[in-house]
Amino acid sequence: MSTSHVANPQRFRYIGAKRRTKEDPRFVSGRGRYAADIALPGLKHVALVASPHASARILSISTDAARAMPGVHYVLTGEALCAATDSLATGVDTPKLTRWPLARDHVRYAGEWVAAVVADSRALAEDAAELVEVEYEPLPHVTDPEQAIANGGPLVHPAHGSNVILHRNFVWGPVEDAFARAEHQLAFRAVWSRSATVPIETFAVVAQWNPATEILDVWASIQMPKYPDQTAKALRLPGNAVRVHYDVDVGGSYGVKRGLKHTVLVGYLAKRLDMPVRLIEDRLENMRGGDMHGPDRIFDMNVAFDRDGTIRALKIRAVDNVGAYAGRAPFQLGKPVSAICGPYRIGAIAYEPVSVLTNKTPQEAVRGFGQAPTNFALERTMDRVAQFLNIDRIALRQKNLIRKEEFPYTIPSGSTYDSGDYHTVLDQALAAIDYPALLRRRDAARQAGLLAGIGISTCLEPSGGNSAFEPLLNPKNETTTWMDSCLVRVDLSGAITGIMGTSSSGQGHETLVSTVVGEILERDPAQIRVIHADSLNALPSNSPVGSRMAIMLGGAAAGAARRIKDTLIAIAAHNLECAKEDLDYRDGNVSLKGVPEKILSWDQLVEIAHRKFHQMPPDIEPGLQAQFVWEVPTGGGLPTPDGRVQIYPCYAFETHIVYVEIDPETATPSIKQYVCGHDCGVMINPDIVHGMTYGGIAHGIGAALYEHFTYDDNGQLTSGTFMDYLIPSALEVPPIRIVDHCTPSPLTTFGQKGSGEAGYLGAPAAVANAVNDALAPLGVEVNTLPISHLAIWETLTAAGR
Amino acid sequence: MSEALYSIAVEVNGTQRVDRVSARTSLVDWLREYLHLTGTHVGCEHGICGACSVMLDGEPVRSCLMYAVQADGHRIVTVEGLARPDGQLSILQDSFCEAHGLQCGYCTPGMLIAAQALLDTNPRPTDEQIRDAIAGNLCRCTGYQQIVDAIALAAERMAKGAT
Repeated sequence: MSTSHVANPQRFRYIGAKRRTKEDPRFVSGRGRYAADIALPGLKHVALVASPHASARILSISTDAARAMPGVHYVLTGEALCAATDSLATGVDTPKLTRWPLARDHVRYAGEWVAAVVADSRALAEDAAELVEVEYEPLPHVTDPEQAIANGGPLVHPAHGSNVILHRNFVWGPVEDAFARAEHQLAFRAVWSRSATVPIETFAVVAQWNPATEILDVWASIQMPKYPDQTAKALRLPGNAVRVHYDVDVGGSYGVKRGLKHTVLVGYLAKRLDMPVRLIEDRLENMRGGDMHGPDRIFDMNVAFDRDGTIRALKIRAVDNVGAYAGRAPFQLGKPVSAICGPYRIGAIAYEPVSVLTNKTPQEAVRGFGQAPTNFALERTMDRVAQFLNIDRIALRQKNLIRKEEFPYTIPSGSTYDSGDYHTVLDQALAAIDYPALLRRRDAARQAGLLAGIGISTCLEPSGGNSAFEPLLNPKNETTTWMDSCLVRVDLSGAITGIMGTSSSGQGHETLVSTVVGEILERDPAQIRVIHADSLNALPSNSPVGSRMAIMLGGAAAGAARRIKDTLIAIAAHNLECAKEDLDYRDGNVSLKGVPEKILSWDQLVEIAHRKFHQMPPDIEPGLQAQFVWEVPTGGGLPTPDGRVQIYPCYAFETHIVYVEIDPETATPSIKQYVCGHDCGVMINPDIVHGMTYGGIAHGIGAALYEHFTYDDNGQLTSGTFMDYLIPSALEVPPIRIVDHCTPSPLTTFGQKGSGEAGYLGAPAAVANAVNDALAPLGVEVNTLPISHLAIWETLTAAGR
Repeated sequence: MSEALYSIAVEVNGTQRVDRVSARTSLVDWLREYLHLTGTHVGCEHGICGACSVMLDGEPVRSCLMYAVQADGHRIVTVEGLARPDGQLSILQDSFCEAHGLQCGYCTPGMLIAAQALLDTNPRPTDEQIRDAIAGNLCRCTGYQQIVDAIALAAERMAKGAT
């Protein structure tokens, strides 16, 4: 359930109204079209041979028996693939850290792909894969990042010369001075263990090469910026030889659907064999070798504060275990720079991000891109300070939260927060959960012998998906734009089509574009069609990452629609022989102000644009179409030499209040009450925003209590199935109440902010704080996620309970 | 190596389907790859996520854990068979649209099967009963809230005799 305290402050016709999505009817009727549904004549299937070792030298590979099997077309090994393709793109400047879809000479994690078999069916391909004989010489491995950094540990990439691929020391403001002056200091370690968003659809890709047109067609469950470009580059093809079909429905992603290596492999095979080829990960491949694990991070937090609760300075060291290879994963240490002090007034901050290679599965982008772990560490810090000073946690937050009148507010690391009203959102959430009653409930439960706790978090959601962390962490990368685009067409019948240039994975972009275009043109969104162009047809897009599409695609769609509207008004002015300023635009019809009978209807204007060039004003193109390519608001700048940078344009705010009880017999935590106060500016479709927020909270509950990619001493993933990697069900996720507030962004078209990562950015912190509040009467705490019931049990046992 | 094929006859969404399949062809692969009923999705292939749920003689089952030969002589309903005879969305399907009970749509067919099975036996479930009924179907988008809302709405509309 949800309640709205402030309706959209501006008057909109369609924005903010309850509206069904354009996408849902095809999904509820089984008519979605996912990558695994693409059926091409003569389709061949790939099965993979994966490394059983965390680190080993490949001595030999024998493929003869597999090749001899009927129905088998090809067996590919790393040596052949590496010779014919280029290394996959990496983010940070590590030229000797190369990466191909199949290992050559050396495997660096258990599950790494070693060979690929192509056969008439998946079953036959798997049969043949079992006949591929690989001889390995096991080598020492390392999975702990601190051991990996220590001298003498095995090197994951000996050519790189170190297991560290990124290590920076940012100092923003007078940190040492603030620590010297502060009345108190406190240091502790918080650990965010490896989990991921784990979509129910694994990664799937189908590719087909046409030797006559020299185009590689690709259908994939992808959510990734620069995907066609990087695929083409690795395959040594020009960019215009790869056509990615973005009209494929993606079965969930939340950041992780980045199957570049899958695509390069399948693209190579399709071209090499001149056959359509498909690869669908099975669940174990997805968990072990799908390269979709999230941050795996050790925070050493050091905070300086006064006895009245004023936080003066922070020192944060974050050691992130990226696994055996690194694409964009190290940048997940960069996004938090844009909100490094959270929603608090903290004047001086030191930040030491360290990205470390180990023999674990490679890390990839996960919802929030590193912000959720950082928020968890910040919020544990706030609770620790409150506990130290014996100050109420809410009062401590209220004291340090940036005040409404201070916006726009520039934080020490250089990002300016656009707008907010944090105190009001917190107050509304406290009122919604009836905080005094909640305290009584907790205390009564404690009286009855239960462990019971309340958790609170107040967190930021940077949004607008810019990538200024790229030049910040890799000076050779001068990327300063992450544009997005929309093309709007009105055809001869007067029907409107919006065309976007990327795929969607459940975010409702067709609904977004149609609502925004309908709003501007005053035409019914239900009648507006929205399609996903292929990559050769599309205007530039940087894909739906970083909570960006409401801002960027919404802004681009609005910009294109405004150009259509301007054209319609210009046509009317020309034909009614008046100035544009003398005209009223209503519902697509244009009339002379005060003379309503002097009107040109939508249909008449459309017909002029499409057929009657003699009635068109000079300098206006015939037809009726407009495109708009939008740079991220506040984007375009490089970091300063001391590492200050505006990364994201918009900052949404969320506060979570959670009540948890722990079964004293089994140590099992269960969430009994949950309220989220949320302010992401103007909501274009509140049901979609709420849905993503509920889902983000569920992910956050999973990261806080259940989900963990565990490894044994041999470097083997021991949670490769859904029987040991525990995804919260409808029984673990409680009913959630969302309380909306609206502080519009001054930077965006309608005042909207991004919200795709909402919920996930504050839930883990609040749930962890709730469990720790429950444990507090025993004088113990847990600062390592996930706080599984086993971890609670061990903590209770150690505390003598 | 050619595999032995076995004859099966299965009623799928009201139509009798006859085929010859290998013993190891799973029910979900047969539905998707041979009958092209791609509405049923594969999520984990080990019976946990529920994305592949179909009705077998009116009961929800995991089609990834069954072989096609085991369905011989039985009656299967997939998500494609949930719509009304005239092709309009059922009340349940329509309620999922109304209450935003889905995002990416990947778990949705299995979720609809689980919900339909619940409503077939318990037309006025409580929220707790709804959560219990869908606890074997994992969703990563919604946090389940709007799915629960959608199923409750469907039950309410069915009770009112909505068509």
